[in-house]
Amino acid sequence: MNTALTEVLFTRNLRKLGAITVFCFRMLAQCAPALGRPALIINQIYNAGARSLIIIMLSGLFVGMVLALQGFDLLQRFGSEDALGIAAALALLKELTPVITALLFAGRAGTSLTSEIGLMRATDQLTAMRMMAVDPLRYVAAPRFMGGVIAMPLLAAVFSIVGLFGAQLVGVQMMGVDRGSFWSQMQGAVGLKDVMEGVVKSLVFGFACSLIAVYEGYYAEPTAAGVGLATTRTVVASSVLILLLDYVLTACFL
Amino acid sequence: MTAPDKPLPSLAAAPHDVVIDVRGVAYAVDAHVVFDDLNLTVRRGLITGIMGPSGTGKTTLLRLMTAQSAPDRGTVQVFGEDLSTLSSAQVFAMRKRMGMLFQNGALLSDLDVFENVAFPLREHTDLPEPLVRTLVLTKLQAVGLRGAANLMPAELSGGMARRVALARAIVMDPELLFYDEPFVGLDPISRGMIVRLIRRMNEALGITSVVVSHDVVELSAIAHDSYLLSGGRVVAAGAPQELRESALPVVRQFMEGSAEGPVAFHYPAPEYRQALLAVEDR
Repeated sequence: MNTALTEVLFTRNLRKLGAITVFCFRMLAQCAPALGRPALIINQIYNAGARSLIIIMLSGLFVGMVLALQGFDLLQRFGSEDALGIAAALALLKELTPVITALLFAGRAGTSLTSEIGLMRATDQLTAMRMMAVDPLRYVAAPRFMGGVIAMPLLAAVFSIVGLFGAQLVGVQMMGVDRGSFWSQMQGAVGLKDVMEGVVKSLVFGFACSLIAVYEGYYAEPTAAGVGLATTRTVVASSVLILLLDYVLTACFL
Repeated sequence: MTAPDKPLPSLAAAPHDVVIDVRGVAYAVDAHVVFDDLNLTVRRGLITGIMGPSGTGKTTLLRLMTAQSAPDRGTVQVFGEDLSTLSSAQVFAMRKRMGMLFQNGALLSDLDVFENVAFPLREHTDLPEPLVRTLVLTKLQAVGLRGAANLMPAELSGGMARRVALARAIVMDPELLFYDEPFVGLDPISRGMIVRLIRRMNEALGITSVVVSHDVVELSAIAHDSYLLSGGRVVAAGAPQELRESALPVVRQFMEGSAEGPVAFHYPAPEYRQALLAVEDR
């Protein structure tokens, strides 16, 4: 019984993975033609990026502040409070920024993408496009996907900047860490490789989150419950995939 | 009045007059047979009405005629081309010669009325903006909604949305226009307006029209040819007047809107009294 159940689950997940892969290649093939309408992509960068700015900035600020509190508490045990700038910067750039930004992106922009496309499907808008000889993959899916992939690193950059400001606020202003040490040690220890690790992670997470969000919306069951389920699947699948990919990418960079 | 295997003289057409030819089509969804040996033709320049009770597969037939679905057996020829032999690109090229009015309008929710109507022009032509504007306003004027050009779809009533969708469907001057239940849920004024618009499109522009509906009165007023679907096949074909005068029980039941007849009103269920007494089961 358990073997049969495992086989069913395995087959179902394998089939879904295959379907997502095929969808991904079909959509990527439509990305170049979609570039002919840059306004659509810019609009999606605004939707996925600019509209997520408040939540990203607020989260970045508090994450940076908490990081400074915890870091200060740990480092002062070894008399190394001056290294707070390095600790905060590396933790943010390499790990916390890409992961938390992607999780927030999945919850804010990913769900929005899935529900929007799912509703378009439920109200026959995608079929209407096909009947007007317009491929919805080019007009709907590709611009949203590209908008998400471009927006993610930009949001991550904002998260990092605000996070470092939050860390500085708590570490320097409240805990009394020397301002010069905080910034100069950070400047000396953080290299391009560390920054690139965060950028690459953001790009990969942006690709994965946007792909899942667009796919789930595109194939959502065209009912209210179906769109709701698809939105839930977007958050769950994106969150798990982000953490899995984070481990793989971290292992690759070490 | 005629059974499907003996087409009426009025529906016999020379090959060059046939725009859509459905031959021996069978189609099933899972185990449910929707069509079994369906045959019908749509003649050039005429309005063809496809009637039938709800759930009889009228919208599915539209999907087959527009290559959104493929039949399990049989052929669907449109403009002389067998749809099953066409590539995706060829289907898209053929759809540029068609228009379709969806039951709910299916307007693009992020574009205003003007941009919805302009959408096919912007996607398929490089016309200068003044010409696009002229064409869009001409079509909106035809459906009486030029003044609503700046409204968003969410601000439109059901009837207005359908008229905008009609303007969008004709903006590329299609040869063939499909209407999916165009009269459903409309008030009498909007309903009369849509009826007149369909007739005017046909008379003024010579558009071949396929109207799928279960509204007998409206469809009878505009259709040149009519088909009545039931049980997965065409049970009657002819001019609307011929269908009205038919003696076939299934036709009479549908045209008179009677619950009694060959088409069951009730979905198959256990005996009524028994079901009422069996309190523990639904």
